Amino acid sequence: MPGQEHSRPQRREDEPDEVPGPTPAPEAAADKEALDEDIDSVLDEIDDVLESNAEEFVRGFVQKGGQ
Amino acid sequence: MTVRRVMGIETEYGISVPGDPTANPMLLSGQVVNAYATQQGMRAAQASWDYENEAPLRDARGFEMGRQMAEASQLTDEEDPTLANVVLTNGARLYVDHAHPEYSSPEVTSPRAAVTWDRAGELVMRDAVRLLSRTGQPGVNLYKNNTDGKGASYGTHENYLMPRETPFTDIVRHLIPFFVVRQAMCGSGRVGIGTESTTAGYQIAQRSDFFEVEVGLETTLKRPIINTRDEPHAVADRYRRLHVILGDANQCDVANLLKLGTTSLVLAMIEDRALRVDLALDHPVAALRAVSHDPTLQTLVALKDGRRLTPVQLLWAYFEQVDRYLQERSPGAVDPDTAEVMSRWSSVLTRLERDPMECVRELDWVAKLSLLQSYRDRDGLEWSDSRLRAIDIQWSDVRPDKGLFNRMEQRGRIERLIDDVAVKAAMTEPPEDTRAYFRGRCLEKFPREVAAASWDSVIFDVPGHPSLQRVPMLEPLRGTRDGVGALLDQSDSAAALLEGLASASG
Repeated sequence: MPGQEHSRPQRREDEPDEVPGPTPAPEAAADKEALDEDIDSVLDEIDDVLESNAEEFVRGFVQKGGQ
Repeated sequence: MTVRRVMGIETEYGISVPGDPTANPMLLSGQVVNAYATQQGMRAAQASWDYENEAPLRDARGFEMGRQMAEASQLTDEEDPTLANVVLTNGARLYVDHAHPEYSSPEVTSPRAAVTWDRAGELVMRDAVRLLSRTGQPGVNLYKNNTDGKGASYGTHENYLMPRETPFTDIVRHLIPFFVVRQAMCGSGRVGIGTESTTAGYQIAQRSDFFEVEVGLETTLKRPIINTRDEPHAVADRYRRLHVILGDANQCDVANLLKLGTTSLVLAMIEDRALRVDLALDHPVAALRAVSHDPTLQTLVALKDGRRLTPVQLLWAYFEQVDRYLQERSPGAVDPDTAEVMSRWSSVLTRLERDPMECVRELDWVAKLSLLQSYRDRDGLEWSDSRLRAIDIQWSDVRPDKGLFNRMEQRGRIERLIDDVAVKAAMTEPPEDTRAYFRGRCLEKFPREVAAASWDSVIFDVPGHPSLQRVPMLEPLRGTRDGVGALLDQSDSAAALLEGLASASG
């Protein structure tokens, strides 16, 4: 299938970025691990902040259409 | 070729009163605008909007009629907050659009600046919420989102200045496939499938279910992927303002930068007639929804030439053409804004293809999905659970303590491109390299003498002058700090400024 010809991602990974910008992949993976470890405390924090009556909150969020 | 051009973002905010779904959103939106304007020392009607953009208001007689009407409408404004409208010193417009408060950013020239002044709008709305919560009333909450999940949608529009000579048919042909898949980078995520969330689930974009046709003039019903509104707010035979209505409101800097940046690059390719691969789709409207409904990004989009590509493969097809053209045209001499967007673009596509979750710090829909999925995993929740819909809504609450995106950002889980100091400064300071500089500085220095303003004019009411004086600004790149900064600094009155402008042009 012609669509399968896109080998771009593989090629891209091998190429070093010419300009500094996004975090390189290894660090991104490390970041992701750190984020995963943090998630329990994130969920606890969200529990504290989230509207207590979710059903009523959702029902009450009614908007008029705009553009 | 460059990513840089005159651009801007208009954002309508969701609005509600806690515990009172029947509150009048028009009145509430007016209160939002008035609260912020008053704190800034302006009345919302003080520097009102100049809707006149045809006739130069030179006829003193006709003009005085207009003035009387303006005064009458000022009085009306005080009684009718739904007409509230103010031009801020940063060059933005803050007003009531339909049933929502809207912040229209000043004109800027780069995606980075667009992100900066769009985020300044978030802080403006946050200030308004804080001010309204003080008055002993239940307060007003504002949300940087685009749907209530019950059938209503409101927009986040992008504007791009283009040369008039670029054929609109070329824009339509090349932009539709791009817009169908752009959401893979720039969608803000949504709990619920269908305009009224009749099917449980998660989708990539807030707005995609609300689009019904490929091309059209409407913005509030039968929404088109390509909007044909032709209102350049600039010299009409030289410029077109492409008005893009299908995007979501972004809170992630990277997603917002990519939204403006990649679109501007695709437009630049269209202008140069450099897109040689025809990527026309079989059924764009259906594909727009199908792509949004599949967060795995594996849905295949059918091209007219028979190919079937994933959203990311189709985005690569655009990226590759831009990349190649940049190498041909200006090898080694790509400006920093363009280089940043290209680098981010390829990085995000590479990781989206591997595992979208790798973009959890950069893209709204991925960050939101990650939190929702963690919640589901912990509590064993179905997608139909109210708590997930509540998280979806509260994600975009503009308050720093209640907004879930803001909490994620405070925990360092979101990558920022623009620091808070720059964003805060952009609440009051205009961009220096467009006409927004002149507009904003006039409002800052001469708030009493500016009778009205619009994107393409500032109208002065100078003491001692029998008529109002209109300064047209039909060239978006004139009125910059380089052009008028010194004159503005020197002028200690609006009269002196006008004299200076007259002698400069005379």
